[in-house]
Amino acid sequence: MPSWPSNTKYIGAETQRIDAPQKLTGQARYSSDIQAPGWLYGMILRSNLPAAKIGGINLDKARQIPGIKAAIALGDGERTVHFYGEELAAVAGTTKQACLDALRAIEVDATPLPFVVNETDAKKDDSAQVWQGSPNFSQPSTREKGDVDSAFPKCAAVIEGFYTTPVQIHNPMETHGNTVSWTDDGLTCWASTQGIGGVRDSFAGALQLDQSKVRVITEYMGGGFGAKFNAGVEGILAARLSREAKAPVRLMLTRFDQALAVGNRPSSFQKIKMGALADGTLHAFEMDNYGTAGFAAGGATGGGGSGVELPMPYLYRVPNSRVTQTVVAVNAGSARAFRAPSNPPASYGMESAMDDLAVKLGVDPVEFRLKNDPSPIRQREYAIGVEKFGWKDKYQKPGTSPGIVKIGVGCAGAAWPAGGGSRGTQAEAKIFPDGSVELRLGVQDIGTGTRTVIAVVAAETLGLTPEQITVRVGDTNFPWGPGSGGSTTCPSVSPAVFDVCNNALQQLQTLSGMADVRGDNWSAACKKLGVTPLNVHGQWQPGLSESHACGVQFAEVAVDTETGLVTLKKVVAVHDCGLIIDKLTLESQINGGVIMGMGYALYEERVMDNLSGVVLNPNFETYKLPGIADVPDIDVVLINMPERGVIGIGEPATVPTAAAIGNAVANALGVRVSSLPITPAKVLAALGKVPPAVTT
Amino acid sequence: MKDSDTDGLLGAHSRRTFLKSLGTVAATAATAQVQSVAAELEKINAEKIVGPGAVPVILNVNGKKLTLQLEPRVTLLDALRNYSSFTGAKEGCDRASCGACTVMMDDMPIYSCQKLAIEAQGHEITTVEGLADSGKLSPVQQAFFEKDALMCGYCTPGFVMSVTALLKKNPHPTADDVKHACAGNLCRCGTQPRVLAAALQAAGVAANGTTKTEVISHA
Repeated sequence: MPSWPSNTKYIGAETQRIDAPQKLTGQARYSSDIQAPGWLYGMILRSNLPAAKIGGINLDKARQIPGIKAAIALGDGERTVHFYGEELAAVAGTTKQACLDALRAIEVDATPLPFVVNETDAKKDDSAQVWQGSPNFSQPSTREKGDVDSAFPKCAAVIEGFYTTPVQIHNPMETHGNTVSWTDDGLTCWASTQGIGGVRDSFAGALQLDQSKVRVITEYMGGGFGAKFNAGVEGILAARLSREAKAPVRLMLTRFDQALAVGNRPSSFQKIKMGALADGTLHAFEMDNYGTAGFAAGGATGGGGSGVELPMPYLYRVPNSRVTQTVVAVNAGSARAFRAPSNPPASYGMESAMDDLAVKLGVDPVEFRLKNDPSPIRQREYAIGVEKFGWKDKYQKPGTSPGIVKIGVGCAGAAWPAGGGSRGTQAEAKIFPDGSVELRLGVQDIGTGTRTVIAVVAAETLGLTPEQITVRVGDTNFPWGPGSGGSTTCPSVSPAVFDVCNNALQQLQTLSGMADVRGDNWSAACKKLGVTPLNVHGQWQPGLSESHACGVQFAEVAVDTETGLVTLKKVVAVHDCGLIIDKLTLESQINGGVIMGMGYALYEERVMDNLSGVVLNPNFETYKLPGIADVPDIDVVLINMPERGVIGIGEPATVPTAAAIGNAVANALGVRVSSLPITPAKVLAALGKVPPAVTT
Repeated sequence: MKDSDTDGLLGAHSRRTFLKSLGTVAATAATAQVQSVAAELEKINAEKIVGPGAVPVILNVNGKKLTLQLEPRVTLLDALRNYSSFTGAKEGCDRASCGACTVMMDDMPIYSCQKLAIEAQGHEITTVEGLADSGKLSPVQQAFFEKDALMCGYCTPGFVMSVTALLKKNPHPTADDVKHACAGNLCRCGTQPRVLAAALQAAGVAANGTTKTEVISHA
């Protein structure tokens, strides 16, 4: 079995992102920048009713708008729409303005139907049904271990809490969308996607094309976070518009569209009861949780939940547990995978309960975790974090911080069960007689630094510098690679690149007759190729990657008890991801995980209007993201574990942040705000200074 | 927030500026009513009405003249990205809330999605494509490169322009000045700590209390 070299020059060091100059100078062409010859704008008309019977759609007037080259309706004849923002029709035209005019000219015969957008209301017997004739909720699933009912009486301390998390929207800076050109020769799509292979396969399936006739290109894309894996309705519409107009169509969603129809993280409503023995050992755990994954969930669809069901009890050893979970449908856009699906809400529920129980037992929250966490890696990370954060000096009994602005600290642990490599990953290397090297992989760089990782591993293996490696990704014409999800890209590409480069060394040795072709000998060996470049294939090999990263984070907050404002002062993030490939891009990913977790903790929430059924904040003015002035000092500590091989980091880095912040706020106030996001109104309500918000 | 020095521009660069300018407009209107409504009307009527069809628009982008045929309702961002090949400025929201479209107009950072192309005539527009000098990254771009102040890179041109405009006006900013200058730029990947570090490095200012990192080997 192959193994990573132990003395390395580039692996584990800091290498600047190799595509940064292109991105910094505006030369990088993102999917939304593509200007295919003769391209048209595409736009989608969406339902302005949360539930309706569509009798028909008349496109005649839209087609007459000057500049409009194609107009299509989604579906033939009568149909039912299930959420505000569902796609009805699409147009393609020569200008954005013509398309806007055309959308206004489309006539829709729609009859409103009853709807429900609130998951708590949707569970009631008299609720409107999202799918006529079927209940809004799935058959609850129950997992049981040990004997919970007889375990609780043996506990020295028991807490009960109701911890809730909101629907969170992905909001990548580049919205979803594609430029599609569909001709008799086949279909080419420039996609803003995390998975070019998945996009190709979904086009081929939906349009009944051979996979060999579909090419998907994603040179640069502006973020995905789990929501951009397939062609999507918008991609299929762009293809149909292109076919009708006989021209390439660029159809990028608007920011509003993005908030309505292309994914979100499901909500959770976690009723938790948890008890520990007198020695601080967790003994019993019971949870009843429900949440919504949008309209395509609940009883009528077999309960497909996209992350509603949480892996509880999270992280900790609990001998007796019973976990009951229900997926609820509402009239809203469907959930999709969202950075560490199920884990941040599980972390928030479990880690909040952990702190509440620690307080009741009168023990230090870190000590309580160390007592119950079976992971030796997290045990070590807590020890490091306690020291770096200064936990022993900073931790005070809850609510004892003096003054109006109260300081509090909290911590939480992370786990991510995936993060290993995808076995089918392939790589191709072209070695040219002049010594230049090109690596080709059918993966995509979604901003994580995949190109740079490929260059680092290739440079290390060949004895060259990363600048000497040309990396090409983002094209289904290249050897197959996985979609970028589950923190799997780095552990997929690193072994495949290592393999192809080792194969290249072997073949070059044979062809050149030189025993050592690396480094200083590289150029001389390549010259011996004559005029024929060397084409080498390689693939993912076992033993070079692993899964299951851990991590712990500590947070310090200041809470103004007069305004309710929470300021995040400091985060210490201690993480491991096996063998570190590029320290620089790795740290950026951890910063990103922390900041996204901060948004989840303090600002982000999709707000639905119960009366009209619309999303009230489908924009950045009212759906708040952390800004540069909100972001705290973040100290990142990495534990390098080369013996484990490469593990992905994107997801574990965002798992514990919201829970750690929530615990810090509870520590500052002495009362818990048990609902994310922790807004000033909820802080003041928890302090009894304003009445709690009415939620139904 | 780019509200500190924008009184002469009607670009509505930020919510705060927008509100401020609303106040100014209201006050101006009230004064005008008292003084001379007729004179004001005469002035407005004297302005040339263009459109709704396409009209010639001449833009000065990165020091070069760009002649386009545009409907008057076409924004500067739309003109740059879709009527010419300056796709460096990005569209993230098209409503002045994300900053990905930030360009400089006469050295002032503006949201190009909120400026009509016809209004941008007669001004010097600088996009992210106009910063590198014959292939050499500008000091701000170089600092972003070194500090890894970018991830997916979609918001990056906006941040680069905001920081560049700040350093033109204030070559020695504090960390708070940088935060203020970039308050109108959103990033979803989480590059903010390193944008701050890069901006301070580009200015040659020592960073205090920004993100620190270290590696501990697993022995």
